[in-house]
Amino acid sequence: MSLGPYADFIVTSYLLVAAIVVLLIAWIGIDYRRQKRILSELEAGGAVRRSGRSATDMR
Amino acid sequence: MTLIDLANPTRFLSLTTRLLPWLATATVVLLAIGLYQSAMAPDDYQQGATVKIMFIHVPNAWLAMFVWGVMSVAALGTLVWRHPLADVAAKAAAPIGAAFTFLALVTGSLWGRPMWGTYWEWDARLTSVLILFLMYLGLIALWRAVEDPSRAARAAAILTLVGAINLPIIKFSVDWWNTLHQPASVMRMGGPSLDRAFLIPLLVMAVAFSLLFLTLHLAAMRNEILRRRVRALQLIQAQAGQRSA
Repeated sequence: MSLGPYADFIVTSYLLVAAIVVLLIAWIGIDYRRQKRILSELEAGGAVRRSGRSATDMR
Repeated sequence: MTLIDLANPTRFLSLTTRLLPWLATATVVLLAIGLYQSAMAPDDYQQGATVKIMFIHVPNAWLAMFVWGVMSVAALGTLVWRHPLADVAAKAAAPIGAAFTFLALVTGSLWGRPMWGTYWEWDARLTSVLILFLMYLGLIALWRAVEDPSRAARAAAILTLVGAINLPIIKFSVDWWNTLHQPASVMRMGGPSLDRAFLIPLLVMAVAFSLLFLTLHLAAMRNEILRRRVRALQLIQAQAGQRSA
Protein backbone atom coordinates (compact mmCIF):
# COMPACT_ATOMS: atom_id res chain seq x y z
CA MET A 1 0.00 0.00 0.00
CA SER A 2 1.59 3.26 -1.15
CA LEU A 3 0.46 6.47 0.53
CA GLY A 4 1.94 8.74 -2.12
CA PRO A 5 3.68 12.09 -1.66
CA TYR A 6 1.49 13.12 1.28
CA ALA A 7 2.11 10.03 3.41
CA ASP A 8 3.34 12.18 6.33
CA PHE A 9 0.00 14.00 6.53
CA ILE A 10 -1.97 10.72 6.44
CA VAL A 11 0.20 8.91 8.99
CA THR A 12 0.28 11.93 11.34
CA SER A 13 -3.54 12.17 11.22
CA TYR A 14 -4.04 8.51 12.14
CA LEU A 15 -1.35 8.58 14.85
CA LEU A 16 -2.82 11.72 16.38
CA VAL A 17 -6.33 10.23 16.51
CA ALA A 18 -4.93 7.03 18.05
CA ALA A 19 -2.95 9.03 20.65
CA ILE A 20 -5.93 11.16 21.71
CA VAL A 21 -8.25 8.11 21.92
CA VAL A 22 -5.67 6.24 24.05
CA LEU A 23 -5.30 9.33 26.29
CA LEU A 24 -9.10 9.55 26.72
CA ILE A 25 -9.32 5.85 27.63
CA ALA A 26 -6.39 6.16 30.07
CA TRP A 27 -7.80 9.32 31.68
CA ILE A 28 -11.24 7.73 32.20
CA GLY A 29 -9.70 4.51 33.53
CA ILE A 30 -7.38 6.34 35.96
CA ASP A 31 -10.25 8.57 37.14
CA TYR A 32 -12.42 5.48 37.81
CA ARG A 33 -9.74 3.84 39.97
CA ARG A 34 -9.13 7.14 41.79
CA GLN A 35 -12.82 7.65 42.67
CA LYS A 36 -13.17 4.04 43.85
CA ARG A 37 -10.04 4.40 46.01
CA ILE A 38 -11.28 7.65 47.62
CA LEU A 39 -14.70 6.08 48.29
CA SER A 40 -13.08 3.03 49.90
CA GLU A 41 -10.91 5.29 52.09
CA LEU A 42 -13.93 7.36 53.15
CA GLU A 43 -15.91 4.22 54.03
CA ALA A 44 -12.94 2.81 55.90
CA GLY A 45 -12.88 6.10 57.86
CA GLY A 46 -16.49 5.53 58.96
CA ALA A 47 -18.39 7.67 56.41
CA VAL A 48 -21.75 6.06 55.55
CA ARG A 49 -24.26 6.99 52.82
CA ARG A 50 -27.72 8.11 53.97
CA SER A 51 -29.15 4.96 52.32
CA GLY A 52 -26.76 2.85 54.38
CA ARG A 53 -25.51 1.09 51.23
CA SER A 54 -21.85 0.90 50.29
CA ALA A 55 -20.72 3.80 48.10
CA THR A 56 -18.73 1.42 45.91
CA ASP A 57 -21.77 -0.85 45.41
CA MET A 58 -22.37 -1.17 41.66
CA ARG A 59 -25.04 -3.90 41.78
CA MET B 1 -35.80 -2.73 33.60
CA THR B 2 -37.81 0.24 32.32
CA LEU B 3 -36.37 3.56 31.15
CA ILE B 4 -37.52 5.32 34.31
CA ASP B 5 -35.42 2.88 36.39
CA LEU B 6 -32.32 4.42 34.81
CA ALA B 7 -33.11 7.66 36.68
CA ASN B 8 -31.75 5.82 39.70
CA PRO B 9 -27.94 6.26 39.64
CA THR B 10 -27.35 2.91 41.39
CA ARG B 11 -29.42 1.04 38.75
CA PHE B 12 -27.62 3.03 36.05
CA LEU B 13 -24.25 1.97 37.51
CA SER B 14 -25.36 -1.65 37.57
CA LEU B 15 -26.47 -1.55 33.93
CA THR B 16 -23.31 0.32 32.85
CA THR B 17 -21.01 -2.16 34.59
CA ARG B 18 -22.70 -5.02 32.69
CA LEU B 19 -22.83 -3.17 29.33
CA LEU B 20 -19.32 -1.71 29.15
CA PRO B 21 -17.35 -4.91 28.31
CA TRP B 22 -19.75 -5.70 25.44
CA LEU B 23 -19.67 -2.15 24.11
CA ALA B 24 -15.86 -2.01 24.32
CA THR B 25 -15.57 -5.32 22.45
CA ALA B 26 -17.99 -4.19 19.72
CA THR B 27 -16.04 -0.90 19.39
CA VAL B 28 -12.68 -2.68 18.98
CA VAL B 29 -14.10 -5.13 16.40
CA LEU B 30 -15.78 -2.39 14.34
CA LEU B 31 -12.71 -0.13 14.54
CA ALA B 32 -10.53 -3.00 13.30
CA ILE B 33 -12.90 -3.66 10.37
CA GLY B 34 -13.15 0.06 9.59
CA LEU B 35 -9.39 0.57 9.70
CA TYR B 36 -8.83 -2.46 7.44
CA GLN B 37 -11.42 -1.19 4.95
CA SER B 38 -9.90 2.31 5.09
CA ALA B 39 -6.44 0.91 4.38
CA MET B 40 -7.77 -1.15 1.46
CA ALA B 41 -9.89 1.66 -0.04
CA PRO B 42 -8.69 2.78 -3.48
CA ASP B 43 -7.01 6.16 -4.04
CA ASP B 44 -9.26 8.98 -5.16
CA TYR B 45 -8.70 10.12 -8.74
CA GLN B 46 -8.08 13.70 -7.58
CA GLN B 47 -6.85 13.40 -3.99
CA GLY B 48 -4.85 10.19 -4.27
CA ALA B 49 -4.20 8.41 -0.96
CA THR B 50 -4.94 11.62 0.98
CA VAL B 51 -8.63 10.60 0.83
CA LYS B 52 -7.80 8.15 3.68
CA ILE B 53 -7.81 11.12 6.10
CA MET B 54 -11.56 11.40 5.38
CA PHE B 55 -12.20 8.08 7.20
CA ILE B 56 -11.09 9.60 10.51
CA HIS B 57 -11.81 13.30 9.89
CA VAL B 58 -15.50 12.92 9.03
CA PRO B 59 -16.49 10.63 11.98
CA ASN B 60 -14.75 13.04 14.39
CA ALA B 61 -16.50 16.02 12.81
CA TRP B 62 -19.91 14.29 13.00
CA LEU B 63 -19.32 13.35 16.63
CA ALA B 64 -18.17 16.87 17.50
CA MET B 65 -21.69 18.03 16.60
CA PHE B 66 -23.54 14.91 17.80
CA VAL B 67 -22.02 15.14 21.29
CA TRP B 68 -23.16 18.76 21.62
CA GLY B 69 -26.61 17.53 20.50
CA VAL B 70 -26.55 14.88 23.26
CA MET B 71 -25.51 17.57 25.75
CA SER B 72 -28.38 19.79 24.56
CA VAL B 73 -30.93 17.02 25.23
CA ALA B 74 -29.29 16.50 28.64
CA ALA B 75 -29.51 20.27 29.25
CA LEU B 76 -33.28 20.06 28.67
CA GLY B 77 -33.32 17.15 31.12
CA THR B 78 -31.60 19.36 33.70
CA LEU B 79 -33.73 22.48 33.21
CA VAL B 80 -37.16 20.98 32.44
CA TRP B 81 -37.34 17.54 34.07
CA ARG B 82 -34.53 17.91 36.65
CA HIS B 83 -33.49 14.37 35.80
CA PRO B 84 -30.78 13.26 38.28
CA LEU B 85 -28.56 11.87 35.53
CA ALA B 86 -29.00 14.71 33.02
CA ASP B 87 -26.20 16.92 34.35
CA VAL B 88 -24.03 13.85 34.91
CA ALA B 89 -24.52 12.94 31.21
CA ALA B 90 -23.72 16.45 29.98
CA LYS B 91 -20.67 16.94 32.20
CA ALA B 92 -19.26 13.52 31.26
CA ALA B 93 -19.78 14.15 27.53
CA ALA B 94 -18.06 17.56 27.35
CA PRO B 95 -14.37 16.50 27.47
CA ILE B 96 -15.05 13.67 25.01
CA GLY B 97 -16.83 16.07 22.64
CA ALA B 98 -13.95 18.54 22.99
CA ALA B 99 -11.49 15.77 22.05
CA PHE B 100 -13.51 14.82 18.94
CA THR B 101 -13.76 18.49 17.92
CA PHE B 102 -10.02 18.98 18.38
CA LEU B 103 -9.36 15.90 16.24
CA ALA B 104 -11.79 17.11 13.55
CA LEU B 105 -9.95 20.46 13.43
CA VAL B 106 -6.45 19.00 13.34
CA THR B 107 -7.16 16.16 10.89
CA GLY B 108 -9.05 18.66 8.70
CA SER B 109 -6.04 20.93 8.81
CA LEU B 110 -3.71 18.05 7.90
CA TRP B 111 -6.05 17.15 5.03
CA GLY B 112 -6.37 20.78 3.94
CA ARG B 113 -2.65 21.46 3.58
CA PRO B 114 -2.04 19.04 0.67
CA MET B 115 -5.50 19.58 -0.90
CA TRP B 116 -6.08 23.35 -0.47
CA GLY B 117 -2.49 24.48 0.01
CA THR B 118 -3.19 25.81 3.50
CA TYR B 119 -3.58 24.43 7.02
CA TRP B 120 -6.19 27.00 7.98
CA GLU B 121 -8.62 29.40 6.38
CA TRP B 122 -11.00 31.68 8.29
CA ASP B 123 -14.00 30.43 6.35
CA ALA B 124 -17.47 29.74 7.76
CA ARG B 125 -17.17 25.96 8.32
CA LEU B 126 -13.71 26.01 9.91
CA THR B 127 -14.44 29.05 12.04
CA SER B 128 -17.80 27.71 13.31
CA VAL B 129 -16.16 24.39 14.30
CA LEU B 130 -13.39 26.32 16.09
CA ILE B 131 -16.13 28.22 17.97
CA LEU B 132 -17.69 24.85 18.90
CA PHE B 133 -14.31 23.73 20.31
CA LEU B 134 -13.98 26.94 22.33
CA MET B 135 -17.53 26.47 23.66
CA TYR B 136 -16.64 22.96 24.84
CA LEU B 137 -13.63 24.39 26.70
CA GLY B 138 -15.80 27.17 28.15
CA LEU B 139 -18.34 24.64 29.45
CA ILE B 140 -15.63 22.48 31.04
CA ALA B 141 -14.20 25.60 32.70
CA LEU B 142 -17.67 26.59 33.95
CA TRP B 143 -18.26 23.21 35.63
CA ARG B 144 -14.86 23.50 37.30
CA ALA B 145 -15.33 27.12 38.37
CA VAL B 146 -18.73 26.82 40.12
CA GLU B 147 -18.45 24.81 43.32
CA ASP B 148 -22.16 24.14 43.92
CA PRO B 149 -23.07 21.31 41.47
CA SER B 150 -26.75 22.31 41.09
CA ARG B 151 -25.86 25.94 40.25
CA ALA B 152 -23.15 24.76 37.85
CA ALA B 153 -25.64 22.35 36.24
CA ARG B 154 -28.21 25.09 35.52
CA ALA B 155 -25.63 27.56 34.20
CA ALA B 156 -24.02 24.88 32.01
CA ALA B 157 -27.43 23.76 30.71
CA ILE B 158 -28.33 27.31 29.64
CA LEU B 159 -24.94 27.80 27.98
CA THR B 160 -25.29 24.43 26.21
CA LEU B 161 -28.71 25.32 24.79
CA VAL B 162 -27.46 28.74 23.64
CA GLY B 163 -24.46 27.03 22.05
CA ALA B 164 -26.76 24.61 20.18
CA ILE B 165 -27.52 27.52 17.81
CA ASN B 166 -24.06 26.86 16.39
CA LEU B 167 -24.99 23.33 15.22
CA PRO B 168 -27.18 24.33 12.22
CA ILE B 169 -24.65 27.08 11.44
CA ILE B 170 -21.88 24.44 11.19
CA LYS B 171 -24.07 22.06 9.17
CA PHE B 172 -25.32 24.63 6.63
CA SER B 173 -22.27 26.93 6.59
CA VAL B 174 -21.08 25.30 3.38
CA ASP B 175 -24.44 26.08 1.72
CA TRP B 176 -25.03 29.56 3.15
CA TRP B 177 -21.57 30.98 2.53
CA ASN B 178 -18.91 30.61 -0.11
CA THR B 179 -16.35 28.43 1.70
CA LEU B 180 -13.20 26.52 0.91
CA HIS B 181 -14.71 23.45 2.61
CA GLN B 182 -16.54 21.05 0.31
CA PRO B 183 -20.36 20.76 0.61
CA ALA B 184 -22.04 17.74 2.27
CA SER B 185 -21.45 14.52 0.36
CA VAL B 186 -23.11 11.93 2.64
CA MET B 187 -26.03 13.51 4.51
CA ARG B 188 -27.59 15.45 1.64
CA MET B 189 -30.81 15.61 -0.35
CA GLY B 190 -30.70 13.00 -3.11
CA GLY B 191 -28.47 10.60 -1.15
CA PRO B 192 -24.71 10.30 -0.76
CA SER B 193 -22.55 11.40 -3.69
CA LEU B 194 -19.60 9.28 -2.51
CA ASP B 195 -18.68 6.10 -4.37
CA ARG B 196 -19.43 2.88 -2.42
CA ALA B 197 -15.69 2.15 -2.21
CA PHE B 198 -15.35 5.21 0.06
CA LEU B 199 -18.85 5.33 1.53
CA ILE B 200 -18.82 1.87 3.17
CA PRO B 201 -15.50 2.30 5.08
CA LEU B 202 -16.62 5.79 6.08
CA LEU B 203 -19.94 4.51 7.48
CA VAL B 204 -18.23 1.63 9.31
CA MET B 205 -15.76 4.10 10.86
CA ALA B 206 -18.63 6.44 11.76
CA VAL B 207 -20.49 3.63 13.59
CA ALA B 208 -17.22 2.52 15.26
CA PHE B 209 -16.50 6.05 16.51
CA SER B 210 -20.12 6.41 17.67
CA LEU B 211 -19.75 3.18 19.67
CA LEU B 212 -16.44 4.52 21.02
CA PHE B 213 -18.25 7.64 22.18
CA LEU B 214 -21.04 5.60 23.80
CA THR B 215 -18.49 3.41 25.63
CA LEU B 216 -16.39 6.35 26.84
CA HIS B 217 -19.49 8.36 27.76
CA LEU B 218 -21.00 5.60 29.91
CA ALA B 219 -17.61 5.05 31.62
CA ALA B 220 -17.21 8.81 32.23
CA MET B 221 -20.79 9.01 33.58
CA ARG B 222 -19.96 6.18 35.99
CA ASN B 223 -16.92 8.19 37.17
CA GLU B 224 -19.04 11.31 37.61
CA ILE B 225 -21.62 9.44 39.72
CA LEU B 226 -18.80 8.09 41.91
CA ARG B 227 -17.31 11.63 42.14
CA ARG B 228 -20.67 12.91 43.42
CA ARG B 229 -20.80 10.10 45.97
CA VAL B 230 -17.33 11.15 47.14
CA ARG B 231 -18.55 14.74 47.55
CA ALA B 232 -21.69 13.60 49.40
CA LEU B 233 -19.68 11.41 51.78
CA GLN B 234 -17.16 14.20 52.39
CA LEU B 235 -20.03 16.57 53.24
CA ILE B 236 -21.56 13.99 55.64
CA GLN B 237 -18.15 13.52 57.25
CA ALA B 238 -17.61 17.30 57.57
CA GLN B 239 -21.09 17.77 59.13
CA ALA B 240 -20.43 14.92 61.58
CA GLY B 241 -17.10 16.53 62.48
CA GLN B 242 -18.80 19.89 63.14
CA ARG B 243 -21.44 18.29 65.40
CA SER B 244 -18.86 16.45 67.48
CA ALA B 245 -16.63 19.57 67.81
